[in-house]
Amino acid sequence: MTKKMKQFNSLKKTTRVDFATYFGVIAAFVIVTVLQSNGSLKRSVIGLLVPICCYMSMAVSLNLTVGILGELSLGHAGFMSVGAFSGIVVSQSLAGLIPNGPVRLALSMFVGALLAALVGLLIGTPVLRLQGDYLAIVTLAFGEIIKELINCLIIGCDEKGLHFVFNLSGNKTVDDLGLSANGTAIIKGAQGATGTATIASFTAGFILVMLTLFVVLNLTRSRAGRAIMAIRDNHIAAQAIGLNLTKYKLLAFVTSAALAGAAGALFGLNYSSLQATKFNFNLSILVLVFVVLGGLGNIWGSLIAAAALTILPEALRQFADFRMLIYAIVLIFVMLATNNPQAKAFIKKLLPHRRAAEKED
Amino acid sequence: MEFLSYLISGISLGSVYAIIALGYTMVYGIAKMLNFAHGDVIMIGGYVSFCAMFYLGLPNIVAVLMAVVVCTVLGIVIERLAYKPLRSAPSLAVLITAIGVSYFLQNSALLIWKAAARSYPPVVTGAVKIFGGKLTVSYISLLTISACVVIMIALTLFVSKSKMGKAMRACSEDKAAAQLMGINVNATISATFAIGSALAAIAGVLLCSFNTSLMPTTGSMPGIKAFTAAVFGGIGSIPGAFLGGLLLGIIEAMAKAYISTNLANSIVFAVLIVVLLVKPAGLLGKYVPEKV
Repeated sequence: MTKKMKQFNSLKKTTRVDFATYFGVIAAFVIVTVLQSNGSLKRSVIGLLVPICCYMSMAVSLNLTVGILGELSLGHAGFMSVGAFSGIVVSQSLAGLIPNGPVRLALSMFVGALLAALVGLLIGTPVLRLQGDYLAIVTLAFGEIIKELINCLIIGCDEKGLHFVFNLSGNKTVDDLGLSANGTAIIKGAQGATGTATIASFTAGFILVMLTLFVVLNLTRSRAGRAIMAIRDNHIAAQAIGLNLTKYKLLAFVTSAALAGAAGALFGLNYSSLQATKFNFNLSILVLVFVVLGGLGNIWGSLIAAAALTILPEALRQFADFRMLIYAIVLIFVMLATNNPQAKAFIKKLLPHRRAAEKED
Repeated sequence: MEFLSYLISGISLGSVYAIIALGYTMVYGIAKMLNFAHGDVIMIGGYVSFCAMFYLGLPNIVAVLMAVVVCTVLGIVIERLAYKPLRSAPSLAVLITAIGVSYFLQNSALLIWKAAARSYPPVVTGAVKIFGGKLTVSYISLLTISACVVIMIALTLFVSKSKMGKAMRACSEDKAAAQLMGINVNATISATFAIGSALAAIAGVLLCSFNTSLMPTTGSMPGIKAFTAAVFGGIGSIPGAFLGGLLLGIIEAMAKAYISTNLANSIVFAVLIVVLLVKPAGLLGKYVPEKV
């Protein structure tokens, strides 16, 4: 045992942190599962488990774009939306063919990730040429465009396959699909997807978070990841040493979009009814708040922030109308406190090992 | 005739966007921050004028002035409490704080004035008929357009001629150098927030008169669109914000009239993306190449 500990301590610090992150997620999963089987979790908390997993995955994937690539994206909910609705279409249309829920869920999440990656590639190719706030506004614009396009989409399914109608004029309905008698409408324009079979589960959420961590952490610690961070720190220097900026930026952006798509598919299959307007600008901002509060580039920080900030409004439920107000005040105070020099010095004093490490430098 | 009436409604909507965008662009030019709470200051302006007119029974013009005063004070207070401590913090921290302020304002409004939409009668009513009655132009449209033009000209003169305006330009160029020249940077930034918020109040009254309704989320979408307009015209540039706002309003009105109501916002945003890809600094923005 001590030999193992020694081996662990001799690893690089980043590797230790990564293992600790994996271990923390597994431990949290085991504890929550045990608590759930004991019946000591409230119903409202159980209902939050899958969304928390989705938000964790969203936060980690956005951290790849914002923290590690260093580009501000305000349209992350758009990719989630693409993943959610494509996942719902796959799951609903294959319900007869693949009755096994987990298999269908995995397939839906895969297709969701694939489509979101495709959209990410389409958006990223032109947009990543822009920088800073201009990139931010364009990603915001894309998020809004995706929301409106999905809002206009009517999709149904019968034995002949999928039927699509694009509701440009605003007066088309499900009847325009021309479905046969035993066909079903899956997405009904502005009404969104209704009657979806909810096949999402907490275990699937756990696997998604682990998968996201695995992808993001391995990418970050690889050669490509170091290239991406070099671009973040100084893109001119990175270009000068021969890094292909577009390639690495796209790599990070598309990976982030794909993971958001998978999270979206799980999220979509957790609710029997879902509208495209759910994935609006505020959701993108919510995920961005997780990333910034958790610390840019800090993966476990994103996980904790996502879980804490999803539970916070629920924990404040007793304050009813005041809970969002308290949430806003907490947000402002945390931002002010974490950026205050005196508060920073105070936190440093609380962490003695970090101070010792600095003295060694 | 139909086209003209769409054009006029587009221009008046665009004028509202332009007034909001002017506030956005001035704050961005100096503080280099995206003030996401700007849209909610608009909403507060709307509610204050609404209360002044209906609960206090004040005349419309006094109500508008009251909204301007309240929003100006609010802008200065927000800047002092939330943004000033973060002057040297990373820009994302400021962005998240601005979002926190935005949530705070929205939820305070929700608590004070409740979620239900209030019907907001226009501050001026009536319309003028031209071309032998074929074309009706409401007074509120005329008021909006003229207010926008007056504000644009006044702001341009203020920024280029007055001492405070010069200080603002100096601060936006280089804060440290401005301070060395004896400019009070904090006071200048506060003044910018004050002007931006005063404009937001006027925009709030005009926007509510235009939509004839008011609720706690009234400001968010116009806020985002005005931000888009500011970027469209070249953020940091006053004529750019004016042009961007007008174009955005016209495109939105035309898209609603001739293409699709459902996709109007998408078309606006798509035009923005195309413009930014062709001119990465916006229509009138200065492109500053990075020095190595």
